[in-house]
Amino acid sequence: MTDKPILPEEEMQKARHPFAEAWEMFRRNHAAVAALIVLILIVLGAIFGPILYATDPFDMVWAPFSPPGQEGFLLGTDYLGRDLMAMILSGARVSIVIGLAAALVSVFIGVSIGALAGFYRGWVEEVLMRITEFFQVLPTLLFSMVIVALFGASLPMITFAIGVVSWTAVARITRSEFLRIRELEYVTASRSSGANNLKLMFRIILPNALPPIIVQSALMVGSAILFEAGLSFLGLTDPNVVSWGQIIGSNRQYILDASFTVTIPGVAIFVTVLAISLVGDGLNDALNPKLRQR
Amino acid sequence: MSLLRTIVVRIAYATILLVAVLVLNFSLLHLAPGDVADTISQSMGGADQELLNEIRADYGLDQPFLVQLGRYIGNVLRFDLGHSFFYNQPVTKLILERMPATLLLVVCAQLLALFVGVILGVYSARHPNGPVSHFVTFFALFGYSAPVFWTGILLLIGFSLNVHWFPVAGMRDVTIEGGFWVHFIDIARHLVLPTITLASIFLALYSRLSRATMMEVLGSDYVRTAKAKGLSEREVVYKHALKNSLSPVITLAGLQFSAVISGAVLVETVFSWPGLGTLAFQSIIARDTPTILGILFFSALVVIVGNLLTDLALRLVDPRVGSKG
Repeated sequence: MTDKPILPEEEMQKARHPFAEAWEMFRRNHAAVAALIVLILIVLGAIFGPILYATDPFDMVWAPFSPPGQEGFLLGTDYLGRDLMAMILSGARVSIVIGLAAALVSVFIGVSIGALAGFYRGWVEEVLMRITEFFQVLPTLLFSMVIVALFGASLPMITFAIGVVSWTAVARITRSEFLRIRELEYVTASRSSGANNLKLMFRIILPNALPPIIVQSALMVGSAILFEAGLSFLGLTDPNVVSWGQIIGSNRQYILDASFTVTIPGVAIFVTVLAISLVGDGLNDALNPKLRQR
Repeated sequence: MSLLRTIVVRIAYATILLVAVLVLNFSLLHLAPGDVADTISQSMGGADQELLNEIRADYGLDQPFLVQLGRYIGNVLRFDLGHSFFYNQPVTKLILERMPATLLLVVCAQLLALFVGVILGVYSARHPNGPVSHFVTFFALFGYSAPVFWTGILLLIGFSLNVHWFPVAGMRDVTIEGGFWVHFIDIARHLVLPTITLASIFLALYSRLSRATMMEVLGSDYVRTAKAKGLSEREVVYKHALKNSLSPVITLAGLQFSAVISGAVLVETVFSWPGLGTLAFQSIIARDTPTILGILFFSALVVIVGNLLTDLALRLVDPRVGSKG
């Protein structure tokens, strides 16, 4: 009997490098690659922009409503004569940091609840899923408005308020993955070889449940950015920082005089969230290739 | 019989959810720094400790947590959500005044999104590589990524400020006089932009889902049978396939109610629509806690009732739902 490889040589090569394979799949999605480049540029702009472009976003540098490109202000000035370019760059930091942190909070809550429910089943699952349904019934924006209004508009509180209302989708996905994986043979095998529940949950099942959770988490960052924009548009934001939604909220009374003060920050939010969701699409192709080939 | 039973069970469950919302509401109020006594003393320009204690005793704030919670729930059951110190009115009255405007906006937006979404979805399922299909894909990305308040402002700039097709703000023009139809048309004109704005978030969602389910249904055996017995394409799609592709879309629409309410808060703020959203916005600026919590309770109520109705609608469209008991 000759050793005939089960797969052709190059397939074997790919199978040995899961990350290379994922990248290969991701690269085929051209929109996702373009979006990733845009996203990297935005993140670089958020990190280095305020350092390189050293105008204080709170400084009144010129007359109000100076149009973009004139008087040396690339994006013009807002209703208080502040440099819009400096505000957008500074706002990028807030949006991205809150987006990431809030997504992290909600993924943490969602994965914990979904994992416990899917692993233990029985009354634990019943109780946890009822709690999840409860949070699905609460209008998310109103609930976080209440939290921020009652407990103060600091950045950590805003992050918490967004995270605590956005975890339900992650919990549901995690639970259904756990329900599926816990019945698989390798889980039974590790259980019978003496792995305790904690190890089973976090070392055996969770790594295999990760792909759809990662995709969902990427999308969560986008929706958290939208969420923060909504809150700060309503004025529920830390007054000591600039954020994109807040620029729109504070300038919207003056759209007759200068609509660019509202459209430009909106484009910033739109492009960022769009890039994130396209990258999420690409991640989906890369991490769930079977799903794609339906 | 089983339908009646499920309805009773669903209503009982909805009631438990509502009580849970109340407990959450009250706990938030309890945990938040400052209480009613502080608010009152502030509006009087300050009070000494003795007066504060007196106010707290008056409002029962010196009682244990559970006693206060019980009294709060009892009050809500009697439709008493407390008193707004900012508007100097009962919160229930304030909310009931604003409720119809929000319901009108939310229902119109959901119906518009569903109607147009399903039409676009069905059309692009029949022509998967046509321009409409690409438009749906593109529009879905836009609907997901654009902040709804920004979409609203853009529409406002485009259609109210540049061309004066629609009014800029509010729900009716107080200077207009006339009969029922005059007012009807006036409100409808005010309603157009807010409805389109709010629908834009969900339209894409529904059209994508109905395209997907429609394509799946069109590939199924009974559709092939219907075609084989000589029915026209049109009849197959609209009589046989559409019915069966609707239920996932309706399920999704039911799940969106809480998101629709959240979106309505922002849309109402943009268009100064006199509903619960603007009330929430104003009462948060005024730090009017009883009103904010009342709105949270009422909107949860709307979501729960919406979910119940969706459930019933689903049973009407698809007899398989719930037949297992």
